[in-house]
Amino acid sequence: MPDQLQIERSQPGRPQSDRPMIEIRNVIRSYGAFKALDDASLTIREGEFFSLLGPSGCGKTTLLRMIAGFDNPTSGSIAVGGQPMEGIPANRRPTNMVFQSYAIFPHLDVEQNVAYGLKRLKLQGGEEKRRVEEALTQVSLTGLGKRRATELSGGQRQRVALARALVMRPKVLLLDEPLSALDKKLREQMQIELRRLQQAVGITFVLVTHDQYEALAMSDRIAVMFGGRIAQVASPKEIYQRPVNRQVADFLGGMNFVKAEIVEENGASLVVDTLGFGRVKTDKPKAFVGTGGGATLGIRPERLRVLWDNATAKFEVAGKVVERHYFGEITHLIVEIPGLEKPLSVTETNDFGADDIPVGTSIRLAYDPEALVAMAD
Amino acid sequence: MRARRFLPGGWLSLYAFLYIVFLYLPVVFLPIFSINTAPTPKFPLTGYTLKWYEDLPNTPALLDAAWNSLIVGVSASVLATVLGILAARSITRYRYPGRRTINGLIMAPLVLPEVIVAISMLLVMLQLGLSLSLFTVVLGHVLICIPYSMTVLTSGFEGFDRSLEEASADLGESAFGTFRRVTLPMVAPAIISSLLVCFTISLDEFIIAFFLTGTEATLPIYIWGQLRFASKLPGVLALGTLLLIASFLLMTVAEILRRRAARRTQNEGGLYA
Repeated sequence: MPDQLQIERSQPGRPQSDRPMIEIRNVIRSYGAFKALDDASLTIREGEFFSLLGPSGCGKTTLLRMIAGFDNPTSGSIAVGGQPMEGIPANRRPTNMVFQSYAIFPHLDVEQNVAYGLKRLKLQGGEEKRRVEEALTQVSLTGLGKRRATELSGGQRQRVALARALVMRPKVLLLDEPLSALDKKLREQMQIELRRLQQAVGITFVLVTHDQYEALAMSDRIAVMFGGRIAQVASPKEIYQRPVNRQVADFLGGMNFVKAEIVEENGASLVVDTLGFGRVKTDKPKAFVGTGGGATLGIRPERLRVLWDNATAKFEVAGKVVERHYFGEITHLIVEIPGLEKPLSVTETNDFGADDIPVGTSIRLAYDPEALVAMAD
Repeated sequence: MRARRFLPGGWLSLYAFLYIVFLYLPVVFLPIFSINTAPTPKFPLTGYTLKWYEDLPNTPALLDAAWNSLIVGVSASVLATVLGILAARSITRYRYPGRRTINGLIMAPLVLPEVIVAISMLLVMLQLGLSLSLFTVVLGHVLICIPYSMTVLTSGFEGFDRSLEEASADLGESAFGTFRRVTLPMVAPAIISSLLVCFTISLDEFIIAFFLTGTEATLPIYIWGQLRFASKLPGVLALGTLLLIASFLLMTVAEILRRRAARRTQNEGGLYA
């Protein structure tokens, strides 16, 4: 499958410029006493696939709608392509949006939907038709131009919404939970396609999602938001591996938390004592504030490996399996470690028979101290 | 789902049958006697003729009345629909205190005794110093048409996905352009349906027209006047039959359009929900 290879190669991303495309400065949006956005600042780079990730009500959609021009900040500023957006209505902004409901015009056919925004530009000599064709090809809808919008499946509607926005050649494409209405399989397929499309057209994409896997799979960078505030902005890998606090860590997937006492703290690193893992030296997070000499360490369940038979590792902890949960390709083991108040959650692939370990077995787990990350509570 | 049960036999079906007969039999007499040769509506029928229909165009007073009804019907339906659009849009789109109360007040003429409405309007018109004319009839008809117009339009506007208008703005269209290219085509069937319903109501409305018209008769008033002369009865029956058919056709078209409008606006929601 040549397509597959192409994705692999393009995965690190086309080289992006460091030029800012969207600059959000100290944006506050309040509704009475409630602050939907509380002092959000963010820079999104040109050509970047950027995700706003968070639970519902975290302010991510509000922020997206402000970039589009459907809502205005109570205070603070938003600039797109170096141009301040204050006072510029949605119909004169260099952004286009893919709506959560797709908002396909039901009284028009697919072609008319895609050409909707072009009509105003009054393009000469078949240029409009050419651009519509091109957009339909980009989203693999060739030949469906004459279909009525009401005759399309959910996935096809989503593609029409994409084509209708892309055909305008915006500086920024805004996507409001575009995949949430699709079933799991189609959603995963569209994630790959969206990423591929973004790489091909090179337009800055801003995606709003509450699905952490979606954000991890597609983005160059992610902003994780909680309660109107931006908690962390980083690459998917860094967000996943080095979450700044427990909230971010939890939202991005399973995480074992271990209480620790700070022994030594200097510029970039931290030495802590834990009951289960002994003395650990770890990177100090940027905004780390130790609370009364205590800290929290976290380790992802898949970073703990079962040691078979007589195998040894430089760093290991011993414990007893108390629960086993089978998930097809992987097994979740709940392992009690003497000294730890909460048992560790361990994810092991099933290729060596982790699914056959009986409950009650004493096992040893190997870990890499690098995988133990310190974070704020 | 459980299979639908058959209507139980016996008293209930008899009741239903009698009910339908009572409701529609008198209406069926109208066309039957209108093609009877005898000038008096009595059984047995004496023979088939269309002469009562042929006489209709040769009655100047009737043509005047028809013309008056047309003017009143068109004006009242357009005015009631325009006001209905504004009200229905506000009721379906915005949430504000007193929304239900306002909705109730607009719908109230539906249940007020028409004769009371007519007398009150007559008093107001006279107080305002307006002389009675077709214009005052139009005002009266607008009042009683708005509830119907509202009902039809509300069902057309409800479920209108607001993001459609946002999408239009997002694609560069102005507020007016959005209204012309998205909002209007989407609700057009509901608007036409409202016009037809209002026209039909105005066309056969008697009480308000009777109180508020001056010397110009509308069709129902003309018919009322003709009933004094026994010899004119077959002509009235023929005219009545035509009105009946026209009303029936208009209402059918209106209902089809209303359903289409409701389906169109609700489609979006339905398919991905």
